[in-house]
Amino acid sequence: MAIETPKRVHSEPVVVNIGPQHPSTHGVFRLKATLDGEIVQDVDMLIGYLHRSMEKLAEERTFTQNIPFTDRIDYLAAMSNNLSYCLAVEKLAGIEVPLRGQWLRVLFAELQRIASHAMANGTFVNDCGAWQTPLMYMFREREKILDLFEMTCGARLTTNYMRIGGVAFDPPLELWPALCSLLDEMPDRLEEYAALTVDNEIVLARSKGVGVVSAEAALNASLSGPLLRGSGVPWDLRKADPYCVYDQLDFDIPVGRDGDCYDRFRVRLEEVRQSVRILNQVVERIPGGPWQAEVPLHLRPAAGEAYARIESPRGELGFYVVSDGGPTPWRFHCRAPSLINLSALKEMTVGRSLADAIVTLGSIDIVVGEIDR
Amino acid sequence: MSAWLLAAWYDLRDLSGISREITEWVASWGPEWLASAVSGAIGAIGILAVIGPTLMILIWTERKVIARLQVRYGPNRVGPRGLLQPVADAVKLILKEELVPRAADKWLFFLPPVLVFIPALLVWGVLPFGPHMQVADLNVGVLFLLAVSGTNVLAVFIAGWASNNKYALFGAMRVIAMTISYEIAMVLALLTVVFLTGTMSINGIVLWQQQEDLILIVLLPMTALTFLLGATAELNRTPMDIAEAESEIVAGYHTEYSGMRFGLFYAVELANTLVMSAFMATFFLGGWWLWGLDAWVPSWIILLVKTSLVYFVFIWLRGTLPRLRIDQLMTFCWKLLVPAGLLFVAIAAVERTLLLEYAWDRTIALPVMAVINAAVTVAVIGAYARVTGAGAHRAPAGPRMARGRLGGLRAARQLAQAPSGSD
Repeated sequence: MAIETPKRVHSEPVVVNIGPQHPSTHGVFRLKATLDGEIVQDVDMLIGYLHRSMEKLAEERTFTQNIPFTDRIDYLAAMSNNLSYCLAVEKLAGIEVPLRGQWLRVLFAELQRIASHAMANGTFVNDCGAWQTPLMYMFREREKILDLFEMTCGARLTTNYMRIGGVAFDPPLELWPALCSLLDEMPDRLEEYAALTVDNEIVLARSKGVGVVSAEAALNASLSGPLLRGSGVPWDLRKADPYCVYDQLDFDIPVGRDGDCYDRFRVRLEEVRQSVRILNQVVERIPGGPWQAEVPLHLRPAAGEAYARIESPRGELGFYVVSDGGPTPWRFHCRAPSLINLSALKEMTVGRSLADAIVTLGSIDIVVGEIDR
Repeated sequence: MSAWLLAAWYDLRDLSGISREITEWVASWGPEWLASAVSGAIGAIGILAVIGPTLMILIWTERKVIARLQVRYGPNRVGPRGLLQPVADAVKLILKEELVPRAADKWLFFLPPVLVFIPALLVWGVLPFGPHMQVADLNVGVLFLLAVSGTNVLAVFIAGWASNNKYALFGAMRVIAMTISYEIAMVLALLTVVFLTGTMSINGIVLWQQQEDLILIVLLPMTALTFLLGATAELNRTPMDIAEAESEIVAGYHTEYSGMRFGLFYAVELANTLVMSAFMATFFLGGWWLWGLDAWVPSWIILLVKTSLVYFVFIWLRGTLPRLRIDQLMTFCWKLLVPAGLLFVAIAAVERTLLLEYAWDRTIALPVMAVINAAVTVAVIGAYARVTGAGAHRAPAGPRMARGRLGGLRAARQLAQAPSGSD
């Protein structure tokens, strides 16, 4: 009996849905990957699973009532979002923030940066395949920072701390010793992280040369934050367009060499070190005085528009607010760094293996709440 | 009184005495086949009685040790120090609904959780717990071990295929590619041991170590390392857990399994880790023998301690290392472990000939050989590291500091061209 053999083996790529429920998509982000064996041929990014219509809802609420919304946009860096929005409204209404308020804003924005980068680096090494250990180590410091937040404003994650014209509360006295002891131990902790991950042979093998973005490509895709700096472009809004009191502070901008996942990881680690440096200066130099300007309860800025941007842990975070003279914003828009940084994912992953794509996605450090809003 | 105590102690030291007495008693009145059957049944029941509780304790131990590695407490709510946590987990898993995907191949889907359990239990049969404590001292014990533990792949592949899930299929494909490769490295490692000891009986290998008064890891460090890594790959444990890589393919081949079916996969993973640790301890750390201490302490306790040590290494690896990519794993196996394995097979053959045919003085020859083998191991690993570029072990340069240079592409180029010493 003759056995029929196929003339040629027919093969076709497989479409795999990574997400919306997947351990590595950091939320409900869906990556539709076309795979040829293990090699990624194409990725399709599908977003919108966490869409809460923030920008439309904000048009129905007063300027002050919108601050809690900004917490929920990037829930890993609530302080930064508060800050950016408040800056935009202050620009619109022409409100001057008292000096202590500005220093407190810097203090909490930098603490938030450390907390957010700890999370980013922990999940990044997790995506490289470590079984939760780096994440747990980095959570140790993040917890202490969240405790400081709780001391100050009663919330840990969605802080709602900044106000139009300053900050909501002066931190309690017990914050300062806790902050100082945290700052004292941070250099040792950073050494520990570096010793555990930076020269780890497997971390190097998994992230060096993976997900490379050149400086040109990064600028063309209008990336920002650690992604842009990882690609070698020295751009940080704290230096380039200083807000609050960053122009009076002494710190450095770390810039990567090759633009790969490893560089982004190192840039984030170094930024934590620089944030500790900033915080030490803040603790020494913070002036006394009021922390909040006199702002009318029913704020009705004159008709006009304003855009304020800050360097959030994820990149350039901007809020665009338009007023028609009424109590609510006529238009409220957020330039979310996660969304724009994500747009470079396809370039970074196509042609490499699925495992690399996951590591690359981890190195972008997306927050889905910010992508979908 | 003291004589009675000593007798009880003697029984504890060698539990096979009890089995022998029962068997002899059965043989005194019954047919011979019944005695054999009873002897086998006692062994099987004994092993099952040991494995069940051990697994429970292992789940707790692994979770606790990992938790300590991760600066947290681990389970501490259920029972004293969380000791009853595995029981609670098992109850939860049993009570959970066992989903079968609509598109799954129903009958094949049922099989794998059962199939993986069989080799996990069978291999215990050839593990010597003491000089006489072994269910079956096969003269081809090593072959039996490899053959039986290799069938695991089949169950995993069935699981991946029958689930009709792409993650599961990816996991199954990865398992097959990796396990087959690493099995070759493992076979070569065990072949080296067999060449040197001249026996395929696992108890024989322990007896050889006892007779030569040396544990094999000293004589064959590379082989022990290969076996450890091969076992890690076969067990799908970090850094080689690509088959169930959580961050990539969710849970690999058992993505679709829920309830106690998943529980079985999980339990088998631990049972296999335990049995591989035990075999690692047997082949390379002297098994139940420990420089004469086995005359006083029950041999199975010695084996248990050594097994725990190896098991701790597995947990330690899991708590510390990230995962490698599949091509990196394959490179490591085919470019380092397999060639090195072949080299050591040749070395072991030469050493065996020198010891037997030329009757070299063992008290001098064995230490010299140990030193030579260690040197060759270091040389082989060093050469591999040099070739792959991993050898120049220094932390890659960290980020530069912008130091006031800010801007777009031009600043980026300037910064890239700046001598690295100046930043």
